[in-house]
Amino acid sequence: MPYFTANAQPTVELAPAAAAEVKTTTCYMCACRCGIKVHLQKGQVCYIEGNPEHPVNRGVLCAKGASGLMQHYSPARLSKPLLRVGPRGSGEFREIEWDEALGLAQDWLGAIRRRNPRELAFFTGRDQSQSFTGWWAQQFGTLNYAAHGGFCSVNMAAAGLYSIGGSFWEFGEPDWPHTRLFLLFGVAEDHASNPLKIGLGQLKARPGTRFVSINPVQTGYSAIADEWIGIRPGTDGLLVAALIHALLAAERIDWVYLARYTNAAWLVIDDPGAADDGLIARDAAGLPLCFDRLTQTLTPAGAAGLEPLLMGAVSLADERRAYPAFHHFAQRFLDPACAPAAVSERCGVPVATIERLAAELAEVAFEQTITVEVPWTDSAGRPHAGFVGRPVSMHAMRGISAHANGFETCRLIHALQMLLGSVDVPGGFRYKPPYPRPIPPAGSPAEPAAAGAPLTRPPLGFPRGPEYLLNDAAGNPLRLDKAFSWEYPLALHGMLQSVIHNAWQGDPYPIDTLFLYMANMGWNSSLNISQTLHYLTDRRADGEYRIPRIIYADAYYSETVPYADLILPDTTYLERWDGISLLDRPISDPDGAADAIRQPVVTPDRDVRPFQDVLLALGAQLGLPGMTLADGTARFPGGYAQYLTEHTRGNEQGPLAGWRGAQGEQSFRGPANPTQLQRYIDNGCFWRTELAPAQRYYRYANPAYLDYAVAAGFIGSAQPIVLELYSEILQKFQLAGRGHGTHQPPTHLRARVCENFDPLPRWQTAAQEPAPDYPLHAITQRPMHMYHSWGSQNAWLRQITARNALYVASTLGAELGLTDTDWVWIISPIGRVKAPVKLMHGLNHHTVWTWNAIGKRSGAWALAPDAPEASAGFVLNHLIAELLPPRADGYRYANADPVTGQAAWFDLRVRLEKCSATETHAASPCFEPLPARQPAPRARRDAAMLRGAPTGNHTAAHREYLGGSQQKPAKEQP
Amino acid sequence: MTALPQQVAKKLGLVIDLDTCVGCHACATSCKQWNDTGHSAPLTDYDPYGASPDGVWFNRVHTYEVSDQGHSRTVNFPRSCLHCDNAPCVTVCPTGASFKRAEDGIVLVDPDLCIGCKLCSWACPYGAREFDEVEGVMKKCTLCVDRIYNANLPEASRVPACVAACPTGARSFGDLGDPNSGVSQLVKQRGGFALMPEMACAPVNRYLPPRPRAAPSAPPLTPRVAGFDSALLRWVDRLLGG
Repeated sequence: MPYFTANAQPTVELAPAAAAEVKTTTCYMCACRCGIKVHLQKGQVCYIEGNPEHPVNRGVLCAKGASGLMQHYSPARLSKPLLRVGPRGSGEFREIEWDEALGLAQDWLGAIRRRNPRELAFFTGRDQSQSFTGWWAQQFGTLNYAAHGGFCSVNMAAAGLYSIGGSFWEFGEPDWPHTRLFLLFGVAEDHASNPLKIGLGQLKARPGTRFVSINPVQTGYSAIADEWIGIRPGTDGLLVAALIHALLAAERIDWVYLARYTNAAWLVIDDPGAADDGLIARDAAGLPLCFDRLTQTLTPAGAAGLEPLLMGAVSLADERRAYPAFHHFAQRFLDPACAPAAVSERCGVPVATIERLAAELAEVAFEQTITVEVPWTDSAGRPHAGFVGRPVSMHAMRGISAHANGFETCRLIHALQMLLGSVDVPGGFRYKPPYPRPIPPAGSPAEPAAAGAPLTRPPLGFPRGPEYLLNDAAGNPLRLDKAFSWEYPLALHGMLQSVIHNAWQGDPYPIDTLFLYMANMGWNSSLNISQTLHYLTDRRADGEYRIPRIIYADAYYSETVPYADLILPDTTYLERWDGISLLDRPISDPDGAADAIRQPVVTPDRDVRPFQDVLLALGAQLGLPGMTLADGTARFPGGYAQYLTEHTRGNEQGPLAGWRGAQGEQSFRGPANPTQLQRYIDNGCFWRTELAPAQRYYRYANPAYLDYAVAAGFIGSAQPIVLELYSEILQKFQLAGRGHGTHQPPTHLRARVCENFDPLPRWQTAAQEPAPDYPLHAITQRPMHMYHSWGSQNAWLRQITARNALYVASTLGAELGLTDTDWVWIISPIGRVKAPVKLMHGLNHHTVWTWNAIGKRSGAWALAPDAPEASAGFVLNHLIAELLPPRADGYRYANADPVTGQAAWFDLRVRLEKCSATETHAASPCFEPLPARQPAPRARRDAAMLRGAPTGNHTAAHREYLGGSQQKPAKEQP
Repeated sequence: MTALPQQVAKKLGLVIDLDTCVGCHACATSCKQWNDTGHSAPLTDYDPYGASPDGVWFNRVHTYEVSDQGHSRTVNFPRSCLHCDNAPCVTVCPTGASFKRAEDGIVLVDPDLCIGCKLCSWACPYGAREFDEVEGVMKKCTLCVDRIYNANLPEASRVPACVAACPTGARSFGDLGDPNSGVSQLVKQRGGFALMPEMACAPVNRYLPPRPRAAPSAPPLTPRVAGFDSALLRWVDRLLGG
């Protein structure tokens, strides 16, 4: 007999008061940049939710975004500028005032600028304001600027921009509503993570679709794939080459697309030994030629009504021989070395699987063709009744991006897309504005300027040939990181991973000050951590540090902070203005251009300043152009908010494209609008404009879009963008390596250039070929709930993951006699790391992996000294060499792609040795704990105090919500 | 020792799609932050920066490898209170603190009546109860009872926080007692199932099983050319209609 009956049902407060205030802004828990609504009670941040009207996330939010509160309240927040008083690494600092901090920085940097601006190396990690920080470096006059792309994704960015004028990452996405077969290479869980998850959810809900995941590890999105292909790391390109082979052999390619929209028909000069061998045959006006079979003449390519030759030799006007680019392409990929049977074992993918996948690609692309019924006219004047689509899409990110061969792998994927005619077509891969751009985009890297003068262009750019490289007269690098040198000619994003080593070595030259922002180079962002710490602390004979000065700006007490001399404490992302600019990494979607801002939701309770405000103030103190008025006072006394509104470049373009003009009536271009930021706030802190239906596909050859893009300032000309199956630019480097042209590599680099620059994509072995002693691939990934969120110090996220294990394939575990209770030494040529073992079925047999950056150094991030991240967590960075083994003459290249400078951290090879019983249960290597810092004030909040007061204002009806079929339209601008 | 209502007017609950859940934990942390200041606030953290970080969570995501037709597959499984019709956590409660609402079937705990005896957590076969060691009371998923009817919130927000956050749309919310509701229809269409029906708790929440994996269905490719030389012969005269 119950003691208590339903009559005694306690009353429940169904309608506590809503937050006193809800402010919109943009998330910064990763690079996805979702719109958020931040709830405030009693002046404190109490809840963060996705903004349903925001085009990026349409109301959803990931685990990181929903843990932003704990990032904001982290006790690891820095609270005051710091000046080092003990030796580097000791963590002994003196708190100083901002005037003193800025004065010191001004003294150091001012002297450099007067002497030799290149002695400042300014690298900005996970910066979301690169169009601003790059401009600052330009005004300062140093070439030595970049963000973290060198160890992130530069190879894939370069592969895309030098072949299809756009790229994967957040710059394009599958046409989710139409695609039927989706191939995902590797993990894609940081940039555009919520758009991808929303898209995958839509794909799964739509009958007749298939999602194939190609990934050595069956986690994350692979869990919901229809098929998982557990490929061997670094061999994706080989698999793609075999798919191309099979499609060519079966003649299942889009011939018309290739002829119309790619340079397949362009004639390639065939004159071995000549200075123009392998370049494109052009007419007197410089237009590329094809051979028209109807008229049997050489004629400029691209016009309507031609029947261009794709195979076979033709004679040029000077009687030399030429072949269409496609001829070379077919020759390469029909080679038996590319056949499925030839690559299967190396990839770890059965021949039958490769052949089936090729058949499926052909079937979906050519038998399930779809049409979006919107009439359009292409750049050659051909009218079309609709956009014809090949509903095969591909996406790729991490994995491919971290292999030295990733540039070529990514080019191969783009070649496959071109072959299938699935670039920017219904159901295929789609660009997001401002892409596509000319191949490559406009702007070359800046050349050095005189002391005290700004650079004429931003430091980073897109070389179109050897003459755009940054070498001195002897062919030696002009940049500290050697980007754009003959060693890494297309290092478009710089090479942050090389900066500390090169500065220590004084190679190519010593510097004075290393200025870092938001890059944890003292730990998980560096290869070979102990060596990196040595570089940071090593001294010359005279006692001076070999890297004389280090300035570091960040919001948190990371492992890097104790190694800097001057700390400029940044705010959290809820305490600042930011611009998510179309000039930078946009948040557009395929159907519209968009940008956004962050607004300060709360005021800092510590003596910290937004880094961008600090840069502007420092720029004014240094008298930098653009930041200083004629009378010597600051141009932007209102800080970054004022810059966002008033800074213009080009033809009335600015950081923000929305509500320009005095009345806010203009988009993209127009005079500054003093109320612009308020207009953004009124609209939820974002702006978006929708493309017309006729502007949404085939944008490389769609005048309706290209004219719009010119008017918007995305591109300089409405000329069609011809996709490049064959890269003449890469051939120019090849020719320079062979000794042609005015700009040639020094003798010792010729072979390297010739080996690595090929006008056609091809698969290459990794730079570090496996030694028999190291038979296993070792790779990492971030947990989806931590990817790019810099900090497992987050109080909630670390409750989900605070320790990591080494995952070993159960088949391999059986071979090695390992069980889940064992620990192993993971041994690479440069060191060993101890780890607990976890066996797993969904894993390539030759691969081990772990969660990255869980391991922390004791004392950092305001964690207790015995936090599991420090006592049991481990990172593989200790095992990855920052340099390749020495050349015959002793010289060592960076462990990076020789074309793009991409750090090759997925090329790691290891072996495992079981630990003895006495060795288990403690991480190794173990570093000296960092001295803990006083936690920031008000680190914990009293959550119960923030509960809303009862109101009784409730409704009787509940609201149904269906996840799979939910409509979450983004708000459209009028 | 506490009675269940004779009848419930509605059976509000969640439908969780195991076919689309990628295991991202968005539902878990969104729940954590809403409820940290919600009906059962706070969701206490223990040792949040220390050696044993743990705390109260109403929703946890587990990841398993399971065997499926000879292959291994990864399944992500979000776990929270199932708001059972026949909730043993309620009937076992000695004080009336645990109760099931007659209006909508939501199972809640009244912290003022809870003596922290933990009988309910022993009784729940799903491990859905969370004891707050600091406050000494039992806590659990409230189905965001302070959101779903809350007229102070925008209409779009009147769904559980986990549902609003889920990026892949794997979570649905509605009245599973109404056979015509969208969620009931979804369960019917997709073969939604109750967890461990043999425990006779009659859970309200349903899980949608992974769909059968779509099998490729393309005829094999027929090789037309056997290497570059034969391709050259066949393709040199190919008309494209440029």
